[in-house]
Amino acid sequence: MNDMTPTREQREAALEGMGCKRKRVEDVRFTQGKGQYVDDLKLPGMVFGDFVRSPYPHAKITRIDASEALKLPGVIAVLTAEDLKGVNLAWMPTLAGDVQMVLADGKVLYQNQEVAFVVAEDRYIADDAIQLVEVDYEELPVLTDPFKSMDSDAPVLRPDLEGKMEGAHGPRKHHNHIFNWEVGDKDETAKAFAEADVTINEMISYHRTHPSPLETCQCVASMDKVKGELTVWGTFQAPHVIRTVASLLSTIPEHKIHVIAPDIGGGFGNKVGAYPGYICSIVASIVTGVPVKWVEDRMENLSTTSFARDYHMTTEIAAKSDGTVTGLKVHVLADHGGFDACADPSKWPAGFFNIVTGSYDFPTAHLEVDGVYTNKAPGGVAYRCSFRVTEAAYCIERGMDILAQKLEMDPADLRIKNFIKPEQFPYQSALGWEYDSGDYHTAMQKAMDTIGYRELRVEQKAKQEAFKRGETREIMGIGVSFFTEIVGAGPSKNCDILGVAMFDSAEIRVHPTGSVISRMGTKSQGQGHETTWAQIIATEIGIPAADIMVEEGNTDTAPYGLGTYGSRSTPVAGAAIALAARKIRNKAQMIAAHMLEVSEYDLEWDVDGFQVKGNPEARKSMKEIAWAAYHAPPPNMEPGLEAVSYYDPPNMTYPFGAYFCVMDIDVDTGVATTRRFYALDDCGTRINPMIIEGQVHGGLTEAFAIAMGQEIRYDETGNVLGASFMDFFIPTAVETPHWETDHTVTPSPHHPIGAKGVGESPNVGGVPAFSNAVNDAFQFLGNTHIQMPHDAWRNWQAAKNLGAHS
Amino acid sequence: MIPGEFTYHRPSSVAEAVAILVSHGDEARPLSGGHSLIPMMKLRMAAPEHLVDLGGIADLKGISEDGGTITIRAMTTQHELIESDLLSEKLPIVRETSLLIADPQIRYLGTLGGNVANGDPGNDMPALMQCLNASYVLTGPDGNREVAARDFYEAAYFTALAPEEILTAVKIPTPPAGHGWAYEKLKRKVGDYATAAAAVMLSMSGGTVTSCSVALTNVADTPLYAADAGDILNGSTLDEATVARAVAAAEAITDPASDGRGPAEYRTKMAGIMMQRALARAAERASA
Repeated sequence: MNDMTPTREQREAALEGMGCKRKRVEDVRFTQGKGQYVDDLKLPGMVFGDFVRSPYPHAKITRIDASEALKLPGVIAVLTAEDLKGVNLAWMPTLAGDVQMVLADGKVLYQNQEVAFVVAEDRYIADDAIQLVEVDYEELPVLTDPFKSMDSDAPVLRPDLEGKMEGAHGPRKHHNHIFNWEVGDKDETAKAFAEADVTINEMISYHRTHPSPLETCQCVASMDKVKGELTVWGTFQAPHVIRTVASLLSTIPEHKIHVIAPDIGGGFGNKVGAYPGYICSIVASIVTGVPVKWVEDRMENLSTTSFARDYHMTTEIAAKSDGTVTGLKVHVLADHGGFDACADPSKWPAGFFNIVTGSYDFPTAHLEVDGVYTNKAPGGVAYRCSFRVTEAAYCIERGMDILAQKLEMDPADLRIKNFIKPEQFPYQSALGWEYDSGDYHTAMQKAMDTIGYRELRVEQKAKQEAFKRGETREIMGIGVSFFTEIVGAGPSKNCDILGVAMFDSAEIRVHPTGSVISRMGTKSQGQGHETTWAQIIATEIGIPAADIMVEEGNTDTAPYGLGTYGSRSTPVAGAAIALAARKIRNKAQMIAAHMLEVSEYDLEWDVDGFQVKGNPEARKSMKEIAWAAYHAPPPNMEPGLEAVSYYDPPNMTYPFGAYFCVMDIDVDTGVATTRRFYALDDCGTRINPMIIEGQVHGGLTEAFAIAMGQEIRYDETGNVLGASFMDFFIPTAVETPHWETDHTVTPSPHHPIGAKGVGESPNVGGVPAFSNAVNDAFQFLGNTHIQMPHDAWRNWQAAKNLGAHS
Repeated sequence: MIPGEFTYHRPSSVAEAVAILVSHGDEARPLSGGHSLIPMMKLRMAAPEHLVDLGGIADLKGISEDGGTITIRAMTTQHELIESDLLSEKLPIVRETSLLIADPQIRYLGTLGGNVANGDPGNDMPALMQCLNASYVLTGPDGNREVAARDFYEAAYFTALAPEEILTAVKIPTPPAGHGWAYEKLKRKVGDYATAAAAVMLSMSGGTVTSCSVALTNVADTPLYAADAGDILNGSTLDEATVARAVAAAEAITDPASDGRGPAEYRTKMAGIMMQRALARAAERASA
């Protein structure tokens, strides 16, 4: 070898494969304002759609008169439910097994519900025309409190369901009841509570909020009547699912529907489901024969398309006096609004909420969830979390703090005492999951040592004494959170969406010159797939990431996949990518053997090519092998070098982490200041540490927002309050705390590269850390539980209720 | 979020602008920085048929001092207030308040005239102007008239400004050297209106307050000049009991709405806390 031959390390570094802090390749266009989003699309002859919306939360519609609007020059059409009935699209199925009005059919169920769809030559005319559509409403009694949904005199919200006492998930027990979902062993759990030394019982609410991506939901539908083909560009986290749904609803054959998701400005679960805007745009394009664009504004986004959370969780824990937990019992009242438009896998009406036993070894548990209707917007999507996992993590992490308080134990010590032990993995949880791997003790110890947990408790004690002596008006809280996520939906035995199993896919083509194009069934909305997917391929087949193009979002070219949400991309598609790459490497090995005139069993893989065992100078790089694959493949072998893989995961993955929040609260104003926030994440194998850090920062910022003020509120008469960024809390860099991140690595034993997924962990673990910090701060004044969000006035109110104001 | 149709005017003199307002009456609105009016137009809560952009009128810019009065022309932006050496030296509370308005991008466009003329109780400058005993120069078809900031505000978005008048300047008596000052604003995040805010100006001599004025932001449908609170504090040594009485007097005149910032009771209490904190900082800054 001469001096110019790169060393093994140099060749490895040149790949920028797994573990490399590779800069995000998509940022080259994003940071220059050169991304191509749906609203950037301008097609010849394109017209615009916009909605007439209901000012009333619950009302009968007695008349819709669009005649004045239709007189306005530039107005092309006004669609109502009556028009949609002609094409059988006045209602659409939801992913949760319910049906939802596309346009108000005789009544409205929430404020801002879609009543009519105006199509006009430009957006200004469309909005002018909206003011001219006359709608007569007859107000009905409004139901906003989910705890009153099943009262005997509660108003009937859904006359369409009258007499249907069997829902998509079993019997309904009231006209506003959606489902009852029960998991676990009721009798064993009752026994554990009867025998317990100590029990707690607290109603823990996780308020309604919204994923609020900066880019709202939008689409352009274009029907080519000559070819009979429909093309839909849209903000779709799951473009293939949208294609299948569009085909089923429109009866256009699926191969004649082209769904394209271009660059997406954040999704966070808001862009998984199908919305009236999509259906109306498609119908309008079919009717008019020209492309129709629909773009939500901010208020429409916050008040109509898919809220998140709104879970009211009555939480009971049974324990021995030494702190050992013996049973968990949770009842959830789930507020779904006017329609159950949850975006969960079909068989899971409350998602994977049965991960609620968390990181703890509960011998027995029992869970019931009742879903109810109210006069609020429909939804219940997984806002930067796997399905209902953030609710579950909040429930158990608050519950453990409340138990610690009752036992007069340190909350960190109580957690450690009850952790599932490393040797118990794979661990069967009392509510039916098999946790793949974990080392909770190591992670917790590292976190406590790094943050100086014991010293912080000493400082807190001193500060409490000073407060009692009147020397300070500031109190200090330490929030502990140790979460276990369940992501990677999912195995076909558990998971489907409208009957399609939740696999995912990858296709990799190596070109003759050794560069690559690869396509996946996932769709990045900011996660950085163009960067990280290439890194997996680079490591697996030894071609530099820079020579690998990743393409997603075009259903004509990408293999079928179920999309990106619930931290499923790395656990599912990431595995498909690795397995497709390995198919290529296997074929490459045969080609290399032919080229080197040895048996393939005499070859070994070395970074970026194959070498003869014991004679490393006899080697062929992947670039050389790729060329040979196209111009001189071995006899009897098909030319070319490409592979497709569809991956049905054997299990979910279970990322976990230890988060600590140190907070100071001014009791006179209620203003809370986060002094430190430390997040240790274990997401298994780390593909790109820099992207992980970015994901954790983003997720923590959303967690901070949710815990400390972000909410979709309704008043008693059903008016949605705060549906703008003036009131809906999106923190800026000024409010956002400084994040300290850390990690341990416990690979998933069943995943081809051991990765578990990380995008949502910080939201799941972050919210309880903040809430526990606030609750902990007030504990010495006699507090047991304060509901979120913990904005300043509520903290002030808590201080007042606890007698901290003179 | 799409405004209705309107005709856009861009006059180059105040006289021309007034003439346009006169000819269209209620259907015309002057536009300064646009950060209150344009969002309202997008929500169709305001639908002026004629928008009279004052941005082309050179006469409406500038800050000057003459004979104990500081004059700030109406189209001076909040950014220009922050950058002004004259204000930093003679009237630093204007800079402190400006820095608490919205964010830098908005402050490049938002103007003092627009902020005080619009009558939005959430705006910060109106209470400050009341605290400073400023007066507004209103220019109409019959020339100029002056109205004290303390008399200008009638209700939310209702002021002494007639539809054919333009607020062209703000006149502020130069406060004595060595005065103490502070603007305290509690808000949920950058860009938010105040949950409650308080402006305090005072002078002290030998540990005793010789003059004091207090005004409050966003705790009623107008800015509030807390005359009684100022009177109670005047002549005192800012002892705890007197401060408590003054705070109670200020809280007593508040009548805030309950909204996402908190219930009325909280916002009243925060007005008191902000006043107390502004008072403490102002006293610290005043030369004894």
